[in-house]
Amino acid sequence: MKNAAPEADESLWLLAAAPAIWAAHFLLCYVAAAVWCAKFAGPAGPLAPARRAILALTVLALAGIAVIGRGGWRRCRLPPPPLSREFDTDEDRHRFLGFATFLLSVLSAVATVYAAGAAAFMRDCR
Amino acid sequence: MGLSSRTSPRVPAPIACAAWLSGCAGPQSALDPAGRGAERLAELFWWMAGGAAVVWLAVAALAVYAVRGGARRAGGGAQRALIVWGGAVVPTLVLGALLAYGLSILPGLLASAPPGALRISVTGEQWWWRVRYESPGEAVELANEIRLPAGEPVEFTLRSADVLHSFWIPSLGGKMDMFPGRETRLLLEPTRPGRLRGVCAEYCGESHALMAFDVVVLEKPEFARWLAAQRRPAAVPAGGAAARGGELFGANGCAACHTVRGTGADGVVGPDLTHAGGRLSIAAGTLPPGRAGFGRWLAKTHEVKPGALMPHFGMLPPEDLTALAAYLEALR
Ligand code: HEC
Ligand SMILES: [Cu+2]
Repeated sequence: MKNAAPEADESLWLLAAAPAIWAAHFLLCYVAAAVWCAKFAGPAGPLAPARRAILALTVLALAGIAVIGRGGWRRCRLPPPPLSREFDTDEDRHRFLGFATFLLSVLSAVATVYAAGAAAFMRDCR
Repeated sequence: MGLSSRTSPRVPAPIACAAWLSGCAGPQSALDPAGRGAERLAELFWWMAGGAAVVWLAVAALAVYAVRGGARRAGGGAQRALIVWGGAVVPTLVLGALLAYGLSILPGLLASAPPGALRISVTGEQWWWRVRYESPGEAVELANEIRLPAGEPVEFTLRSADVLHSFWIPSLGGKMDMFPGRETRLLLEPTRPGRLRGVCAEYCGESHALMAFDVVVLEKPEFARWLAAQRRPAAVPAGGAAARGGELFGANGCAACHTVRGTGADGVVGPDLTHAGGRLSIAAGTLPPGRAGFGRWLAKTHEVKPGALMPHFGMLPPEDLTALAAYLEALR
């Protein structure tokens, strides 16, 4: 980071990024399957192309979440362990937001895998 | 049962438990499966219940441990490990396993019936069921009662004529919603003969709770005989009160809403009555069969079933009501 004291002005965007990827993945998977079944395959048609699309979306989403989670992990690890008992300095906030980002990334990854789970079992549009 | 009258507090736990669980038996219980789908769902239920019991016990044990001050004795490392494993990793794995198990059941439950299988379409209407046996063989419309052959997969096509309903025979399998303007499908496979009950499982108006139906699972030959009898036109009574009831049926406008095949009555607003006298209940599982039930239905329609979309005929002289009831009872 170019800023001398990046901790001084922190943004919440990264915190929300992993859950946002999960939400987008969820929506896109549903839309992909719904459009495929309604417009192309028919009510009992094969789901294979939609499943491939969902697999690709899932890999992309997990990669994105991993990058964000790694960023969060770094931020909560890099500075030395806190000495302050109040946890209210800029560094503390930086560390806290990093940790929260990391935890949300893990949660989003699990939720993304769960959402994709249905496609692992369903073979057709029924 | 020996322990029915005086259940002493010293009854061994497993027996007490079994007696308690016998409350789960009966014609309308998902825990007393009589079909393939219901068997899978009951297994799923017991796994879920067992898993939930284990989790509950573990949480309760931890709470006791914490209250007793155990947490103070444990070091920081142990606390952290407990939070990471007990709070995140184990629940994720347990939920993941249950999810995978539940999803793995789905394709079997949603599969299509093999070609040549029995196909029945059911339309939910406020507050009764229009039932059509589509194939194999010539189609025939019935109402409020479904009979099925044991050991055969049956495909249901489900529709709604008005609002949302949901078709559910708990002993046979899962439920499926019925939407106006859309078709849904459900595959059921009864495994043993017996008398069961189905219900509407989606609130659909004031008499939703009175929208049920009888389900009878028969051995194959018996089922074939029953279906053949249902395909035949009504056995119109020749003399007596019942025959007069048949005239009243036409004179009072019943025929505008009801079909009795083989007579002039061909209304399609209400349930087909061709074999109404042979059904196991009246008005979608609401009244017991027989003359008294028919009489009560005609005279007190809206006390029996609030909001029912049939006019009541309480203004008819009692002897007319009796004759109509006799006619309906004779339609076997
Ligand atoms: C305006 C149309 C209409 C008229 C007229 C009408 N019915 Fe009905 N009838 C219905 C409807 C709708 C139902 C289903 C009500 C429900 O169960 O919610 C029904 C239900 C019934 C049932 C119960 C059927 C079953 O499957 O158990 C019987 C019996 C019956 N009607 C007999 C009669 C007789 C007899 C008359 C004439 C005296 C008559 N109905 C006139 C509409 C009508
Ligand atoms: Cu209902």
